[in-house]
Amino acid sequence: MSTVDVVVTGMGATTPLGGDVASTWDGLIAGRNGIRLNEAEWVSKFDLPTKLSAPLAVEPSEVLPRVQLRRLDRCEQIAIIAAREAWADAGFVPPTEDSQSVEPERLGVAIGTGIGGPVTLLDQDDLLENQGLRKVSPLTVPMLMPNGPAAHVSIELMARAGVHSPASACASGAEGLATGWQMIKSGRADVVVAGGAEACIHQITVAGFAQSRTLSLRNDEPDRASRPFDVDRDGFVLGEGAGVLVLEREDHARARGARIYGRLGGAGITSDAYHITGNHPEGIGQINAITQAVRAAGLSPIDIGHVNAHATSTVVGDLGEAVAITKALGDHVVLTAPKSSLGHLVGGAGAVESIATLLSIYHGIIPATRNLENQDPKVSLDIVAGEPRKLLLNAAVNDSFGFGGHNVALAFTAV
Amino acid sequence: MATTEKPTDEEILAGLAEIVEEVAGVEADEVTAEKSFVDDLDIDSLSMVEIAVQAEDRFEVKIPDAELANLKTVGDAVTYVAKNV
Repeated sequence: MSTVDVVVTGMGATTPLGGDVASTWDGLIAGRNGIRLNEAEWVSKFDLPTKLSAPLAVEPSEVLPRVQLRRLDRCEQIAIIAAREAWADAGFVPPTEDSQSVEPERLGVAIGTGIGGPVTLLDQDDLLENQGLRKVSPLTVPMLMPNGPAAHVSIELMARAGVHSPASACASGAEGLATGWQMIKSGRADVVVAGGAEACIHQITVAGFAQSRTLSLRNDEPDRASRPFDVDRDGFVLGEGAGVLVLEREDHARARGARIYGRLGGAGITSDAYHITGNHPEGIGQINAITQAVRAAGLSPIDIGHVNAHATSTVVGDLGEAVAITKALGDHVVLTAPKSSLGHLVGGAGAVESIATLLSIYHGIIPATRNLENQDPKVSLDIVAGEPRKLLLNAAVNDSFGFGGHNVALAFTAV
Repeated sequence: MATTEKPTDEEILAGLAEIVEEVAGVEADEVTAEKSFVDDLDIDSLSMVEIAVQAEDRFEVKIPDAELANLKTVGDAVTYVAKNV
């Protein structure tokens, strides 16, 4: 086993709770709600059964210059916004031809997304149909491709050690971090800018999720709609957002005197090979992913004090995860479920929620799960509700699971 | 009375400058005849396609790809439009 340790030295995010990490974290601790009534005309036009979404708190147009906006899909825009924040937070400066904070050949990028740029795809197809070939943007393909967010970040930061863009649905952001962790552990890079992004709130994605019967229908109470582990949960709320972390070889970070948030000690990736959307009934893949992450971090289940759960607020999913966590770690762990505040950021979720996991260790406080009023009696784990809980944590796990049977667990530790 | 008069070179230059600003974010007063699109204004091949399409619409000319490749400077584009409008 490699003795290289991977630490986190920078973090960036743009989410339904805020345009950066500080406002997102403050929102989680304050128990703020990021879910809104979706007032887009297409909700009523198609009489969509769910009228909820969790849009970004800060529009990319408030942050990026006009020309950059028009050359990037929204998913690429938010990946860049989060990456810039993370890069600066790590103490790095934007590269020039003559001067780079990290040697380009030792800098990698791993930013996942569930679907990339479907809104660009649809908009450009409309232009082709209605106005002909000449009106189709020459940037169509680079805007819609799911590797676009990672590729744009690599260009901006001059990263030449390789660019990866895992697509594992709702686990994509976590798999981005796992990929970055592997790149450093295996010696391919000293620093990897890693995470995930998603911006696909659109009539067809909402309609598709609605038809798969996975969305909350609590339209008259947006602030109570996402309620993981509550007995009255009825589905998730589609959100958008990005999270990016600067992963760095520990000796590299220490040599430059960087502020270290904590260690990404281990990552576990498994697959269910069972059903394209449903959980394996015994949760074998989830259990194995958590177990692998803990082992890779050199820890035992008893060392893990906290799990930042995937818990999307679906009836079946939350229950399955609670069982898997109990089997993998035991019943001593304290849970929280941030999708109660953020909604479900799909490919952004695992990265944003990893930031929350690490900040819980760093600050010794776990945000409460919003709307957990009557905990499902089938779930006996200790889930933080009502108020955030102060707790000294040495290690915590972030879970992410995705359509397709993807299971990714990440084990973070204090330094 | 003619409904369309041929634009002057100055009018073509001003129109191109507006398009370049819209597409590539280069300030319009930077867009002068002697400037190279690629070397001076940092415009890539994808943006050149967008600029050509917008110029075609604005000046009612055709700019085939083979001709576009020859338009190295802003002045080349002004001359081409003036000749073909």
